[in-house]
Amino acid sequence: MPLFILQRILSTLPVMGFVALIVFLLLRISGDPAAILAGDTASLEQVEKVRQSLGLDRPVAVQFFEWFGRLLRGDLGTSLFTGLPVATLIGQRLEPTMFLATTTILFSITVAVPLGVLAAWKAGTWVDRLVMLLAVVGFSVPVFVMGYFLIFGLAISMRWFPVQGYVSPFVDFSRFVNTITLPTLTLSCIYVALIARITRASVLEVLNEDYIRTARAKGQIEKKVLFKHALKNAAVPIVTVIGLGVALLIGGVVVTESVFNIPGLGRLVVDAITRRDYPIIQGLILFFAFVYIMLNLLIDIAYTLVDPRIRY
Amino acid sequence: MSAAITSPFQEFRRTAVARYPLAALGAVLLIAIVMAALLAPFMGTIDPTALNPSNRLKPPTAQNWLGTDQFGRDVWSRLVYGARVSLIVGSLVALFSIGLGLIIGMVAGYIRWLDAIVMRMMDGLMAIPGILLAIAMVSLSGASITTVIIAITIPEIPRVVRLVRAVVLSVREEPYVESAISIGTPLPKILFRHVLPNCIPPLIVQATYICASAMLTEAILSFLGAGTPPIIPSWGNMIAEGRIFFQIAPWNILWPGIGLSLTILAVNVLGDGLRDRLDPKIAKRM
Repeated sequence: MPLFILQRILSTLPVMGFVALIVFLLLRISGDPAAILAGDTASLEQVEKVRQSLGLDRPVAVQFFEWFGRLLRGDLGTSLFTGLPVATLIGQRLEPTMFLATTTILFSITVAVPLGVLAAWKAGTWVDRLVMLLAVVGFSVPVFVMGYFLIFGLAISMRWFPVQGYVSPFVDFSRFVNTITLPTLTLSCIYVALIARITRASVLEVLNEDYIRTARAKGQIEKKVLFKHALKNAAVPIVTVIGLGVALLIGGVVVTESVFNIPGLGRLVVDAITRRDYPIIQGLILFFAFVYIMLNLLIDIAYTLVDPRIRY
Repeated sequence: MSAAITSPFQEFRRTAVARYPLAALGAVLLIAIVMAALLAPFMGTIDPTALNPSNRLKPPTAQNWLGTDQFGRDVWSRLVYGARVSLIVGSLVALFSIGLGLIIGMVAGYIRWLDAIVMRMMDGLMAIPGILLAIAMVSLSGASITTVIIAITIPEIPRVVRLVRAVVLSVREEPYVESAISIGTPLPKILFRHVLPNCIPPLIVQATYICASAMLTEAILSFLGAGTPPIIPSWGNMIAEGRIFFQIAPWNILWPGIGLSLTILAVNVLGDGLRDRLDPKIAKRM
């Protein structure tokens, strides 16, 4: 493996270390962790029992490294409400969230990239202005507001889609498509806006380059100039934003699942809030941060394979 | 020549509206919303928390312009008072995150050995989904406006730090900064005289985006039940409560949804205009 890829992989380690440290400190600076983990109704003796059983009476540094060691072995803690390991709960709820995120990313890229290229090609005209106006609107309407507008329009008035719910594609594929459409549209809005804006900006920058003029001069048809010459060279910032936008997506997933009553990781968060089940929230933060860091690592490595000029 | 004398302000207004019509529209809309929120008691409102169980889920009437919710509270009054929460959270989060990010970014950009540590910490903070971090903080410390503001501010800081650091790193190579260093200007003076003024235009733009994103996050937190306490009328709370009776009384979600979307849209559009006007290069790079 080339050295720069190894370096890039190693550079994620301190970031993950800091994520763990932030999550660890969060529980300590907010008050007595034993009291929080024992729950709201615990008596003083119960709090002391939790403190001793979890080793919360020992030095903070010792606690951190012990906790971190357990993390490395995949132990994300135990739910206060159900008593099940958080990792197991995440495993149970992973499927709907993964499908929702995947359909959203695929749908957004398919819609947003051509829209952005179109806006760049027609820069300064009403087409460009319309696309950019839609982008800023898509960026401004909150996910849940968009969700309820779509439910009201397409599910309650038109009756095209069910109002809520989720069916696994392994159970019934056509019902899966039916139930996942509105959540995907809802969650896509902000992501489409983000990708369309960056696509427009980076294609616009590339369109002034000499090789575009050369391609046009040799009589290349405009479609090929745009999608083959321009888009390919503008791809790096677009792919970067797709990776960074996953952070936005994660926040949106939680809300969308709540609006559409989808039993995924987002619902796990919402249930944890109402039950004040802190270890679940903590475990999900670590899980999502890990996914985000890994995804962006893969994207960065993919660049070096696609574009030999890029080295870390 | 004397025929065309206009004041600088009129001149500014004319060119701003002509060149950035959308941004001007956003500014006007935002001023209208701020005025409505400030003058809430004089906007034909009643007590937004007054319960009236005999008058539940009513469609719009002459008394209740936008109808009532499931506790018989006046939706129009709650809408106008709810604007206050969004505007306060948005502006305070922008102010605090810019302030803290400015200090951390200037220190990181100027003190070499701290830079790597601070930036890895910021990377770590950016890897955590902001909404989840805010949910964790609110559920640990209990819901209040102060907690919500702190919880939304922290995830916004890394973006400011990165921006400020980028400006510092480019400014410190400038000849005028090098000459200031060579004549022995103390570091704090360099930072305030030379670095700070270069940070301000991109930070003004960033502040509008943070303000918009903070209002969005506050509404999401309230919607999920980890935000502003339910007793306070906020747009997120209205939508969270309205969702149960969404099919019979959609206006309970519709109006706060429109209010929230329009306010965020106004701030975003204003930010885009400011970016084009103040600092096209840096805004594009970030």
